[in-house]
Amino acid sequence: MKRLILALLACVSLAARADDFDYRLVPQAVAPDVYVFVGKTEDFDTRNGGNIVNTGFIVAPQGVVVVDTGPSLRYGRQMREAIARVTDKPVLLAINTHHHPDHFLGNQAFSDVPLGSLAEVQRGIASEGNAFAENLFRMSGDWMSGTEVVVPTRTLQAGPLEVGGRRLRVLALDGHTGADLALFDEGSGVLFAGDLVFNDRAPTTPHARVARWLASLDTLDAMLAGGGVKVLVPGHGAVSGNAAPIRRTRDWLEWLSGSLRQAAAEGLDMNEVLARPLPERYKALPVAPAEYRRSVGHLLPGIEAEALGAGHVH
Amino acid sequence: MRVAAMMAAVLAATVLAVPAGRAAERGADPLGSPRWEDMARSLLSGEAYVFDARVKVEAPDLAENPMLVPVTVDATALPDVKEVLVFADFNPILEILRFHPEATSAYLGFRVKLQQSSPLRAAARTADGVWHVGGTLVNTAGGGCTAPSVGSTSTEWQRRLNEVTARAWSEGPMSGRVRLRIIHPMDTGLIAGIPAFHLEALTLRDEAGTPLMRLEISQPVSENPVFTLYRGKRDGALQAAGRDNNGNTFDVRIAP
Ligand SMILES: [Zn+2]
Repeated sequence: MKRLILALLACVSLAARADDFDYRLVPQAVAPDVYVFVGKTEDFDTRNGGNIVNTGFIVAPQGVVVVDTGPSLRYGRQMREAIARVTDKPVLLAINTHHHPDHFLGNQAFSDVPLGSLAEVQRGIASEGNAFAENLFRMSGDWMSGTEVVVPTRTLQAGPLEVGGRRLRVLALDGHTGADLALFDEGSGVLFAGDLVFNDRAPTTPHARVARWLASLDTLDAMLAGGGVKVLVPGHGAVSGNAAPIRRTRDWLEWLSGSLRQAAAEGLDMNEVLARPLPERYKALPVAPAEYRRSVGHLLPGIEAEALGAGHVH
Repeated sequence: MRVAAMMAAVLAATVLAVPAGRAAERGADPLGSPRWEDMARSLLSGEAYVFDARVKVEAPDLAENPMLVPVTVDATALPDVKEVLVFADFNPILEILRFHPEATSAYLGFRVKLQQSSPLRAAARTADGVWHVGGTLVNTAGGGCTAPSVGSTSTEWQRRLNEVTARAWSEGPMSGRVRLRIIHPMDTGLIAGIPAFHLEALTLRDEAGTPLMRLEISQPVSENPVFTLYRGKRDGALQAAGRDNNGNTFDVRIAP
């Protein structure tokens, strides 16, 4: 009984702390003039308010480039305030790496500056943005109030991008979603990989095409192998100085698709696939059981269709 | 905690359950649904029933995707099952499907759309006419019945409507298992502008034409249904024939 009361008190005090809706964003300097707001490696909930994502910014000679705007209007505003505490230069461009809600729902706070993304990301936000936002309202509650979808209008293309006197390079990749942008800052050697790379957090797969994702990881891996990349910023999880997060993301994806393929070939039904234990090496990986469950729902139907298609029907 | 309490309730119900299924002896609904009496009246037509843990309904406690909730119904612990009715108390369309395991096990795996958190139940009618009712609670964010199918938003499926792919296993741990997938949008008719369009009948026969299982399918079965069942020791080809509510039919042979 005592333990229950203590647990309840702990909940109450956590809730009280969240009441001010302050994400307590503290920029981490990962290279000169390059900063990252590192989110928690958790699922969306009413305590973290959706702060489970990495966003960042680059201070160019004439202004600031923002990489992803976070999960809510509040986050976007607080991010902008935190940027203003680092530099008084204006924000010149805010980029959305892909169309997942934790990466673009802070756009409202940047609606007075150009918002840029790959073309398909604009289409994805326009068509699925509202459903995503509703989902986040349900999971993160009042942290989301006032948040509305703002679709980026500046289309970015693969290749060099100069903003405010800083040379950047846009990589147009895919696989985590239909369009995943990675951004390389030539001056500092920082690579923002978006959600193509997860670090010590199980990857999410609602729009994944695993083969394409693995090909994109090869591209990023080759960039790191070629030198020049000094810092790797994953979409979720700690910033890294080496390619280990790429390898771990690949390891998860290969295990996941391999194990689902095997299950489908063996004739397992979805409940049986869900009941399979995770390999020992993922026992300590944050949100691994929940992401596995979700990934079974996302990926098994397609894999199963292929496996049954290999059967004999006349 | 919730699961443990539920298990205890289910066990208690089993102890109370008696074949006669008279009201005083059948016990309270182990899932505590306020809609149970309505279910018994409308779906079981007021016929004799008993809550019976031998009818197992497996589904996730928390369904991530309300459009695709996996369900496994296993009534093989009951003797002589004639018919199994699967339904969800809180779905706008209550009945999900009915299957008649004429020469298969009383077992079926498939996926359903749930509009909100709900008991998911199977009622198995034995030869004596009594319905044996099992079930489980599924929590979900909901919206599964009033979201459009992927099919209704594209035209690709039209080419492949009622296309069947299937596989049968005759050895190994899955020996006797048959799985088949049918391409169909399974539109519920609950979305303005998208009329109900769903599979309504499927019959599986063996090579000699003997019926193995007959299914009556309703709108809440998920898009592009996948069915998993057991035909036991029978070998050889299978025949799968069916139709949807628009009169489209199919009849395919599944080679061994
Ligand atoms: Zn993402």
